[in-house]
Amino acid sequence: MAVRLAGWNDIQWCFSQVKGAVDDDVAEADIISTVEFNHSGELLATGDKGGRVVIFQQEQENKIQSHSRGEYNVYSTFQSHEPEFDYLKSLEIEEKINKIRWLPQKNAAQFLLSTNDKTIKLWKISERDKRPEGYNLKEEDGRYRDPTTVTTLRVPVFRPMDLMVEASPRRIFANAHTYHINSISINSDYETYLSADDLRINLWHLEITDRSFNIVDIKPANMEELTEVITAAEFHPNSCNTFVYSSSKGTIRLCDMRASALCDRHSKLFEEPEDPSNRSFFSEIISSISDVKFSHSGRYMMTRDYLSVKIWDLNMENRPVETYQVHEYLRSKLCSLYENDCIFDKFECCWNGSDSVVMTGSYNNFFRMFDRNTKRDITLEASRENNKPRTVLKPRKVCASGKRKKDEISVDSLDFNKKILHTAWHPKENIIAVATTNNLYIFQDKVN
Amino acid sequence: MFARGLKRKCVDQEEVEEGALAGFSSIPSYSLQRQSLLDMSLVKLQLCHMLVEPNLCRSVLIANTVRQIQEEMTRDGVGRGTAPQSTGRAPLDRLVSTEILCRTVRGPEAGCPVPDLGDGAIQGPLPELYTVDSAEVPRSPQSSLWEMDSPRENRGSFQKSLDQIFETLEHKNPSSMEDLFSDMDSSYYDLDTMLTGMMSSSKPGLCDGLDSFAAAAPSPGSSCKSDLGELDHVVEILVET
Repeated sequence: MAVRLAGWNDIQWCFSQVKGAVDDDVAEADIISTVEFNHSGELLATGDKGGRVVIFQQEQENKIQSHSRGEYNVYSTFQSHEPEFDYLKSLEIEEKINKIRWLPQKNAAQFLLSTNDKTIKLWKISERDKRPEGYNLKEEDGRYRDPTTVTTLRVPVFRPMDLMVEASPRRIFANAHTYHINSISINSDYETYLSADDLRINLWHLEITDRSFNIVDIKPANMEELTEVITAAEFHPNSCNTFVYSSSKGTIRLCDMRASALCDRHSKLFEEPEDPSNRSFFSEIISSISDVKFSHSGRYMMTRDYLSVKIWDLNMENRPVETYQVHEYLRSKLCSLYENDCIFDKFECCWNGSDSVVMTGSYNNFFRMFDRNTKRDITLEASRENNKPRTVLKPRKVCASGKRKKDEISVDSLDFNKKILHTAWHPKENIIAVATTNNLYIFQDKVN
Repeated sequence: MFARGLKRKCVDQEEVEEGALAGFSSIPSYSLQRQSLLDMSLVKLQLCHMLVEPNLCRSVLIANTVRQIQEEMTRDGVGRGTAPQSTGRAPLDRLVSTEILCRTVRGPEAGCPVPDLGDGAIQGPLPELYTVDSAEVPRSPQSSLWEMDSPRENRGSFQKSLDQIFETLEHKNPSSMEDLFSDMDSSYYDLDTMLTGMMSSSKPGLCDGLDSFAAAAPSPGSSCKSDLGELDHVVEILVET
């Protein structure tokens, strides 16, 4: 039974699909580590801890069944990264895919960048639905014909075949990062991109793999003085000279590449003064920014820290224009969350296509959406219980303390192993992809 | 002296708890909580070092937390030195949880190098009595960052409690056995009473701490061996009185 919140007249979120294994025993390699729609929304890519990329493609809308949009089906699967061994340091390099970013489509093929801790790769995904047949000198199976039997000349022709999707690595950008890559971002010039690790940001040209420019370096001369690291970075969606990077101390720096080659001096510093009433030993940890995303318009940016989502106006540095509490009920549990390391979980966040709603994940397979216009928020759950197509999702509520109402969940019964770190919103429609540990859920709004 | 005769029996759990309740509220004090948070953080940092590829962001955040706690403890430590009413309890808070320090009490040979923090003021009269093991870390690129400055800080507060103990012996440097026993006055009994009093209102783990500390206290002197005969004699006298 659908429960409608006042103010949410437009959207009722319904289950659409779920991808991934059913059993509770999660294979480590299947843990989803990144989710990203392409620019048209037709393709949805996921990366996992085992170094694989799976791309889903949306079916063309079925005219007969007009009550739902096309389903997403597997389009291509490939092994993007393999585990490596760094012999100098005697350390293994994980094959886990940290980020995937799509390039805008220029021709028939699709291109994406995928990265693990150390190496970025440009993949070309192309379709093949024809093949040449009728070679003059070869049999159909490839063997060469006996030359004496060749008496006529014939030219091969293309004939249709079953669709085959091929992924091939076109560029490998390696050996530029000493520390772990946490972000990649493609510039609006579509020729360059940045990659950021804990202490440095590099600028690459998509065509050039043996060279990159270092544009930010916050490594101190003496590593013992290190107190702050880079946590995320992104190019501005419209200004090709502007990018931002966030830090573990809750600051965001906006840099202009026209100012100097090395952008160690920021153009703008975004930082909210600390609330003295909320000060604790964990204040710094929970202020660490886990994700930063520009709005599609480029006017705003959103940051995610442990307990909240903040929207910043690029023209105002001293505080965010909006702050949304994701799970404030966890504030009194910070010590336990520190003990079990959950306090270090890095949640991502995303905008909808019109920048009116933002979404982020939480624990217990809950995810939250905040409508910037109506100031309403909603908590939904990604669970196989509601897995009949077009089942409307029931809003969830966490009871912070005191009397627990019916259908509410108490903080103590939340499952902190079920965390939603990665979410993505279709660039044009109300379709969202939500990743639990090893499953990908796709939800759509109800189309009447 | 503490090796025989004046051995304290490990007090029953009930007595410990009774004493504990009498001496403390049932909710752990802020300083105890803070101390356990510090210990937890240090353990986390050590685990970081043992991992193949430590997560730098996590390490930095934990190290910053450790630093914050230590800074606050230093500030409080300075404050406590001047507060007379809780002298019995203040050192106890620290002794109870600094098991780590107590366990590694040993001679003046250096452990892992501890960087100078510039807080030379904390240097007490017994800098070589114990050198706390920094985390014995396999050297990885990021690990050099995390030379343990914490033991130094803890040592500072531990120093203060030690100072208080040794003042009752009217001695600044007990590293020589002879010196330890040269003044056989009532101050010994004060020490014993004080230690026994602390013992009965603390966690059993304190036994180990103080025992190992006591055992190590007189060790470094090379002149000890020749004095052992005399020592036995002295101890017997003490025991009989």
